[in-house]
Amino acid sequence: MRKSLLSRIPTALLLLTVALLLSSCGSSMWDSPMTTVRPKSEFGRITHEIFMLISWWTLGIGIAVEAGLLWVCFRYREKPGAPIPKQVHGHTLLEVSWTIVFALILLIFAIPTIPAIFKTQEAPAATALRVDVSGRQWWWEFKYPDLKVVTANELHLPAGQTVAFNLHAPDVIHSFWTPQLGGKRDVVPGRVNRVTLMPDETGEYPGQCAEYCGTSHANMRFRVIVHTKADFEKWVAAQQRPPVQPTDPLAQKGQDLFSQSACVGCHTIAGISGGVLGPNLTHFGSRKTMGANLLANTPENLAKWIENPGHMKPGVLMPDLGMRGEQSKALAAYLLSLK
Amino acid sequence: MAAEHAAVAHDPNIGCTGLDHRKMGMWAFLGSECMFFGSLIGTYLAYKGKSINGPGPHEILNIPLTSLSAFVLLMSSLLMVLALAAVQRNDMKWGKIWLFMTALFGAGFVGFQVYEFTHFVKLGLTLQTNLFGSTFFVLTGFHGAHVTGGVIWLLSLWVLALRGRLGAQDSLKVEICGLYWHFVDIVWIAIFTLIYLIP
Amino acid sequence: MATHAAYMAGTKLSAGSVLWSWITTVDHKRIGQLYGVSAFFFFLVGGIEALIMRLQLAQPDGTLVGAQRFNELFTMHGTTMVFLAIMPLGAAFFNYMIPLLIGARDVAFPRLNALSYWVFFSGALLLHLSFLAGAVPDAGWFGYANLTSVQFSPTHSIDFWMLGLQVLGISSLMAGFNFIVTIINMRAPGMTLMRMPLFVWMSLVVQFLVVLAFPAITVALILLMFDRFFGTLFYAPAGGADPLLWQHLFWIFGHPEVYILILPAMGIVSEVLPTFSRKPLFGAPVVIYSGIMIGFFGFGVWSHHMFSVGMGPVADSAFSIATMLIAVPTGVKILNWIATLWGGRVQFSSALYFSLGFIAMFTLGGLSGVMHSSPPVDLQQTDSYFVVAHFHYVLFGGSIFGLFSGVYYWWPKMFGKLLDERLGKVHFWLMMIGFNVTFFPMHFLGLIGMPRRIYTYAPDLGWNFWNMVSTMGAFVIMLSFLVFIWNVIATTRSGAPAPADPWDGRTLEWTIPSPPPVYNFATEPVVHARDDFWVQKHGDGHGTPPRKGAPAAHVDTASIHMPPPSYWPILLAGALFVMFSGALVSIYQVVGGGLLTLYCMIRFMLEYHHGHDVGHDVGHDVGPDVGPAAGGHR
Repeated sequence: MRKSLLSRIPTALLLLTVALLLSSCGSSMWDSPMTTVRPKSEFGRITHEIFMLISWWTLGIGIAVEAGLLWVCFRYREKPGAPIPKQVHGHTLLEVSWTIVFALILLIFAIPTIPAIFKTQEAPAATALRVDVSGRQWWWEFKYPDLKVVTANELHLPAGQTVAFNLHAPDVIHSFWTPQLGGKRDVVPGRVNRVTLMPDETGEYPGQCAEYCGTSHANMRFRVIVHTKADFEKWVAAQQRPPVQPTDPLAQKGQDLFSQSACVGCHTIAGISGGVLGPNLTHFGSRKTMGANLLANTPENLAKWIENPGHMKPGVLMPDLGMRGEQSKALAAYLLSLK
Repeated sequence: MAAEHAAVAHDPNIGCTGLDHRKMGMWAFLGSECMFFGSLIGTYLAYKGKSINGPGPHEILNIPLTSLSAFVLLMSSLLMVLALAAVQRNDMKWGKIWLFMTALFGAGFVGFQVYEFTHFVKLGLTLQTNLFGSTFFVLTGFHGAHVTGGVIWLLSLWVLALRGRLGAQDSLKVEICGLYWHFVDIVWIAIFTLIYLIP
Repeated sequence: MATHAAYMAGTKLSAGSVLWSWITTVDHKRIGQLYGVSAFFFFLVGGIEALIMRLQLAQPDGTLVGAQRFNELFTMHGTTMVFLAIMPLGAAFFNYMIPLLIGARDVAFPRLNALSYWVFFSGALLLHLSFLAGAVPDAGWFGYANLTSVQFSPTHSIDFWMLGLQVLGISSLMAGFNFIVTIINMRAPGMTLMRMPLFVWMSLVVQFLVVLAFPAITVALILLMFDRFFGTLFYAPAGGADPLLWQHLFWIFGHPEVYILILPAMGIVSEVLPTFSRKPLFGAPVVIYSGIMIGFFGFGVWSHHMFSVGMGPVADSAFSIATMLIAVPTGVKILNWIATLWGGRVQFSSALYFSLGFIAMFTLGGLSGVMHSSPPVDLQQTDSYFVVAHFHYVLFGGSIFGLFSGVYYWWPKMFGKLLDERLGKVHFWLMMIGFNVTFFPMHFLGLIGMPRRIYTYAPDLGWNFWNMVSTMGAFVIMLSFLVFIWNVIATTRSGAPAPADPWDGRTLEWTIPSPPPVYNFATEPVVHARDDFWVQKHGDGHGTPPRKGAPAAHVDTASIHMPPPSYWPILLAGALFVMFSGALVSIYQVVGGGLLTLYCMIRFMLEYHHGHDVGHDVGHDVGPDVGPAAGGHR
């Protein structure tokens, strides 16, 4: 009997689905820069273990249920002339049993979950590195109170040391999330949230705000750079130094321009200005990205940003101060000289 | 049995449980009102003691006066019971009197609230002053609005009665109004206790 | 009788009087159709919003729409799909089918029913007027404080959202009261609660959820309104307030809301599967109790939407355990449905296909939901595309597939025409393929770190491929919907007329003509068992033989008294609209609208209040005649 095209679809779909799922197995997709399944911190590893446990069980249950569904459909499909089937109303023992089985499977998930909740929310040791995070529309401030370092959008950390984050929200709710480190935590106005992470592998991990916070939520990104202990200390030392004095004439022009214009109202460059509404720019030149991990930190991008910040980042609070041509190039040169 | 069943079924408002649809509907409505006031009360309790500036409840609430107004509202519930009883025995003379008195006492309660609100504003507590101001006025204000709605309902029934359009056959309508009225009263007992009496 | 003139075949009616008859109808069947048409319209609107978003996200650094527009799109897509598509589609079925399923002639309060629809219409209108005003809501469908404060959302966009939802909430609450009373109090003789069809049971649980959950969002919105209009401090951190208050109130509503969205579909599937397996629902009492438990415990899990806000380990653990517990009754039902097919004689109608699709997709959605129940794991998944995948699997794969199953199942009863089964299957397969191609990759995107609610993304994060795939799937979904529309148009024009019982059904709606007469049942049915009609036709398979139907008593159907039409529902809804929209215009409009509302309310309540000389109280609302004595003797 010729099967119609329509009736071949189920089998085709099944094969396609299996192929698709299998293809995702060995894929390098899982190594993407913001992957959640290649943990690089203790928090991330604890999470990942439970995730894999639940994943295998749900995969198994999913396959069993879908297969069961398909099987009953095929096995009991109507054959012409068949009588009315037996009017079975239920089977108490069976129903009780499968309810208990479900509950037990969930218990298997609950058992590692509860201790993990408490472990990951333990108070950090006194030797932890303290970082104060301020999430604002649409950038991130990172302060190291014990090291007297203030920076923005690029978070440098030493591998192998516990970091105690205090999360602040001066304007609206945001969420601090570095997928490869795990431990997403919201920043909520009016309270200080805490999260403790210990990155254990050097590398660079992008992060992003994970709670809708207004127009440029998509552009509120950041970068975590995990160093060896030695490299981290070098970075700290560089950040603690006073800002580099520009030698290049264009950069000097930029410094003059900066100190005489409204830039000083929002930005801090140690020894020159004290504005706190925008990111601290004292060592801006040492950052690889700008605009909250939005663009590469190049003279062209920076000049374009200064001329029209709203074009690169819709809704941004930094106004267009009317800098054009030579002015924006000078400012860019100056800022990039602040290594 | 069958005749009874037929007679009951004859009235399109009585359902298969033997209860009137409209009464059941009012109970469903009151269920939602419990959640409504519960959420408002929950908000008040969540913010209790969290205002960052004054005036606070202990400085401004006049417990003796509010106790009096609470008493007035409670008495109005008694008057409502009397009103229903009168209507049920088709004694519309007393039905009208008690309906009016219930509305009067309810209006009296609202009057007290209006005085209290304006007095607080004079003393420096407004909606915007602090968390206490926001939560207090919104919670008690919505309760007062519910009382006002009830007063309008009662006066409507009273006007119908004046025009001879309310009688014993309408006792269910009065009963339903009574359910609403008693509920509003009970909510006040909860609010009064939580805001005024518990420090 | 004027009431019946409009329904008598062959009567020539002007367009004006046809329009008037729809505007003033209090017939539950027509109100159901109004809800259904509205729901499909808004499903299209929400779908177009989704297509634009998918086009924007198909490639990194997309420039189709800018940030502001995209933020408006995802806000309106979510709000529209939840409140203006899925809920009214459920309401369409509650309205049309519940009286038929319980053997009643109408709902308990027919005019209140009409009022619910027109208030819904007003709310939908108010929400969409924001497009005309150029102030489209843009804070997401759950509008978290304090982004929604005047400081951070200075335009009227949030006001439209806030006021529109308030109006929609009023509509839902009124419908809730109506259906609770209808289901509890208007069942045919012999229909005990445990003999009620499953769709009616699930609907009853839904109505209780509506009545108890909507007040929470009403309060949340009132507090927001006071903050925005009157400067109160409910969500103002500067005043010492906690923005999380909004989240708690919203999700105390929001979690029961998702059960409101899924239970009707579960009810439909619980009707469709037995009919097309030719045997009863396996473990019907257990499925009923599961529905009740889900409704009850659904109030205890709300903070699983808040695992990342920092509630502390005790709260996190409590809500995690509660969430896992609630998965038990939900999961158990899936096995009950599969067991219904087992041992049956399965007929693969379009309606059954969609129910099977429901089971398959809801299973996947439920399993990803179980992943979310573990807070450490959830911290990697919440606010990412993984949760977007999860809720689309349960809301689209679940609710929409289930509701379409109901559409195909009950279409012949409602419209007297059979939908084309071949086109139905094409619709199903296209939708199944399109849906999975759109949403399955979102699991991957979430697991590789793509956050939700972003209008664009960088090209070097590995998200490009699956975003493109997902966008292609969205167009297949659109195609499937076009097939459905074609099916409707073609069969309305020239489809085969439907008999009263095209599926050899089990429940009471199949005992009356398709479409039903205005009074539904000529004589009130008497029920002896669950699936009474099936037992009547085939016996119950356990010794009870088929019953010969009693010879139809001569019933003078022209004298069955049905509630007359009324214009007070639409007028009262209009007054409410004037009052609420006045908040955006002037205080005078609010006060004027308020007085108008009060006036309309009083006229509505007194419409059938008798004069003093009528001995018999026809009541606050004129319900239909019920009872064996009713037919032909009034």
